[in-house]
Amino acid sequence: MALPSYASPLQRVWYYAFRVICALVFFYLMFPILVIVPLSFNAENFFTFTPEMLALDPAGFSLKHYVDFFTNPDWQLATRNSLTIAPMATLISVSLGTLAAIGLSQAHVPFKRAIMAILISPMIVPLIISAAGMYFFFSAIGLQGTYWGVVLAHAILGIPFVIITVTATLVGFDRSLTRAAASMGAGPVKTFFKVQLPLILPGVISGALFAFITSFDEVVVVIFVGSAAQQTLPWQMFIGLREQISPTILAVASLMVALSILLLATLEILRRRNERLRGMSPG
Amino acid sequence: MSETRTDGFVVFDRVQKSYDGETLVVKDLNLSMPKGEFLTMLGPSGSGKTTCLMMLAGFETATHGEILLDHKPINNIPPHKRGIGMVFQNYALFPHMTIAENLSFPLEVRGMGKSEREGKIRRALDMVQMGEFGNRRPAQLSGGQQQRVALARALVFEPELVLMDEPLGALDKQLREHMQFEITNLAHTLGITTVYVTHDQTEALTMSDRVAVFNDGRIQQLAPPEDLYERPENSFVAQFIGENNKLEGVVETINGDRCTVRLDDGTVIDAKPVNVTKAGERTRVSIRPERVESNPDRLASDAHLVDAEVLEFIYMGDTFRVRLRVAGNDDFIMKYRNAQDQGRYSPGQKIQIGWQAEDCRALDA
Repeated sequence: MALPSYASPLQRVWYYAFRVICALVFFYLMFPILVIVPLSFNAENFFTFTPEMLALDPAGFSLKHYVDFFTNPDWQLATRNSLTIAPMATLISVSLGTLAAIGLSQAHVPFKRAIMAILISPMIVPLIISAAGMYFFFSAIGLQGTYWGVVLAHAILGIPFVIITVTATLVGFDRSLTRAAASMGAGPVKTFFKVQLPLILPGVISGALFAFITSFDEVVVVIFVGSAAQQTLPWQMFIGLREQISPTILAVASLMVALSILLLATLEILRRRNERLRGMSPG
Repeated sequence: MSETRTDGFVVFDRVQKSYDGETLVVKDLNLSMPKGEFLTMLGPSGSGKTTCLMMLAGFETATHGEILLDHKPINNIPPHKRGIGMVFQNYALFPHMTIAENLSFPLEVRGMGKSEREGKIRRALDMVQMGEFGNRRPAQLSGGQQQRVALARALVFEPELVLMDEPLGALDKQLREHMQFEITNLAHTLGITTVYVTHDQTEALTMSDRVAVFNDGRIQQLAPPEDLYERPENSFVAQFIGENNKLEGVVETINGDRCTVRLDDGTVIDAKPVNVTKAGERTRVSIRPERVESNPDRLASDAHLVDAEVLEFIYMGDTFRVRLRVAGNDDFIMKYRNAQDQGRYSPGQKIQIGWQAEDCRALDA
């Protein structure tokens, strides 16, 4: 969108001001994240840049916080917990969320909006309220402080993301494709796995990524519903901040940022692949 | 037709359909198709023709009545167990599969072995002249090519009945005409029973063995194309199929298959009674533009002649169209061939026209 030759002085000023504002917004969003990365290579146990680091002296940098993360048993337990809880919670969210989205996209579902609102509510209700509610409910049925308790709690938080992304994909889904499959003799299950699922897969996968990140980043619910044995990475970071203020947290944060970027890149690649398959953009 | 109600390859027996439990979209449908017939359901949108097709395919359930396929009721059989091939208006090819994979799908579902599948796929693609496109994806093909593939996919598992839901609706005119020919040719060569839904009457007339004209949830007339055009049984069919002039009046005398009708302005004309039974009944007569005669020498000596005023003379190359004012109707069209011995008219000219009594059909008002 280049500036047209007939632009008035005011339009010219706005043209550049707009770009400056955009740059500021990006700076505001990105800087706190980016600054963490060099800090995580700090040779000292500080959260600030040392004079050596500012002078780019190699002695000011070290991998000791990363080493700490990979050797400290507390961090190792937290990593293991996060990596066992998040995938299971994601699996449950994706299965239930996808089925719910497909069900709600059918033509004649009574109370469609009400059901949708209830399923989406974990995203809207303040987390602390959900967490407190789950704490009392899970205590009553013996799930509090167990692996499955945390998994189910995280699955509930992940379901809205899956429903929203899959519903969005289903809007563009041509119902005559499932009818065509049926006319060729494929039963509902075969039609789902061979025709519908491959085509809505990008929506399912983005939902899965959001559900995974939700569980992976979540601290409030896990503190309520989990016990010391389910200590996850965010929980460990939270404790680390409160009790020991170790820059290892920065190393962990950097790794999590890297993981998020990796997941988002995967998402984008899948989206493009799907568009190409549907012939929406030239291959 | 000598066939009884439930004797036929495809039978609709007193079928009704309502979506909301109050209004009937399909009202009392009775239809019997012999094996190998090409039947077209023709009608304006909302006439119930697509609903009928969907009930036959199993995607909608009949509210009342029975549908039989090969003498077996199919009301309670799910679509995927009916073994009916179907071609959709938007082709409905699976975009994530290649053309060959699309055709392979119905065969895999039937548990067919790889070599057998490959043979059938090749034959089906060759049949629609798409043999070289097996490895392409649907998005890489043009609309006409996609439609051919959709046709091949509906035929590859050798169903005895194929349903087509406005399959040529999205193609341009030239391609459509070519595909009409190809589809009828294929259907007849393979001996498949075909139910074809369209709102295009030319398509219906050129392709079908019989056409069922739908309106208001009922079949208005079920007849071969020629009967439909030449001998419409009611004024809806007369108006819907082809071009028709209509004049309104009252039946004056009936004598066997001849009657006279006094039009509202007092003019008396000859007609053939179709669904009027006694003198004094109101009627709407219908005459095809090409059956209107302006040369009295070619009419019977006792034929009634009607005064007409030429309003417009339209040169159309192979034919002439003359818009006339006849008995207060400003939109009466006469059409005749551009030939040496045919005269031309100019606006304002007063002429006399007439017709053979059997070409002028006295229908319901």
